Amino acid sequence: MTAFFNGEWPWYVAGPLIGLFVPALLIAGNKVFGISSNLRHLCAAIAPGKVEHFRYDWKRSGLWNLVFLSGVLIGGFLAAHSAAAHAIAISPATKALLSHQGIHDFSGVAPRELFSWHALLTLRGFVSIVIGGFLVGFGTAYAGGCTSGHAISGLANFQLPSLIAVFGFFAGGLLATYFILPFVIGVL
Amino acid sequence: MTTSSGLEYQECGASGETQTRNGYLLVYLLLGVAFGYVLTRSEVLSWFRIQEMFHFQSFRMYGIIGSAVVTAALSVALIKRIGLKSISGEKISIPPKHLGSGIRYAAGGTLFGLGWALTGACPGPLFALIGAGASALAGTWIYGWLRPRLPH
Repeated sequence: MTAFFNGEWPWYVAGPLIGLFVPALLIAGNKVFGISSNLRHLCAAIAPGKVEHFRYDWKRSGLWNLVFLSGVLIGGFLAAHSAAAHAIAISPATKALLSHQGIHDFSGVAPRELFSWHALLTLRGFVSIVIGGFLVGFGTAYAGGCTSGHAISGLANFQLPSLIAVFGFFAGGLLATYFILPFVIGVL
Repeated sequence: MTTSSGLEYQECGASGETQTRNGYLLVYLLLGVAFGYVLTRSEVLSWFRIQEMFHFQSFRMYGIIGSAVVTAALSVALIKRIGLKSISGEKISIPPKHLGSGIRYAAGGTLFGLGWALTGACPGPLFALIGAGASALAGTWIYGWLRPRLPH
């Protein structure tokens, strides 16, 4: 049992657990599971400016989600502290491929070559963190949802828009993986 | 919740509603904690796992997303079938998404996908990672605070 709690969770444990947050939020208060709305709520709360998209009662429609999000931060914090920190056991093929591209630090959840305060000052770190983060925020707002709102909530409710969005997620992801990342890691 | 007069509604909202709402906020906080924990432990926030997925070199991420969708879909179908109400007594309903021309979903989705592969994180994990980063900051802060009392 200890091994289970300390080791890597198998997919058939992790997946259903994630999926259960959809009914849990529906039952808790008829809320639709989706994290990215919080980016909009945060914009509305902190700096709405004169932008129409951010002029709404964020407390009324989004307070529950921001509270949920605060919980996510705490949960991430707890997990990072409780679990014995270990390298992510990715497949040897992926490891070999990434080494070949120029990634050598496999000790954390993300390579320090791209994701660290130091890396932020390098071009490849800047592209990965700042440009990547911007695309996540812009793309998810444009598409009206992210992996939680579209890929999980939306698909679970058989929504065609979500299926289109998920195809987009993978198209973009594959594009970045095969054409942009090798350049970012190896050349920049 | 009748809105016969605006004032009456306001008063209701000011006293009764906030009280119950605050009670529910704790539920959302706890659910969030659980979600952040699950995201971190299941490693779906790892850049390496995302790369492994986009290179089709492991079934893991597909298994996680697939089984999450199946679990959620079965739960939603069950909730609809038995006409379950939420704790607050509301009838559970999921508003449909508007398709329109569909361009926003394709274009926005593709842009999001680019960012997803670059950062190795979608918004959920992105926030959970800030949690992990904040924990490093907290560790440094606590060290500074304990410094005079620690043997060096």
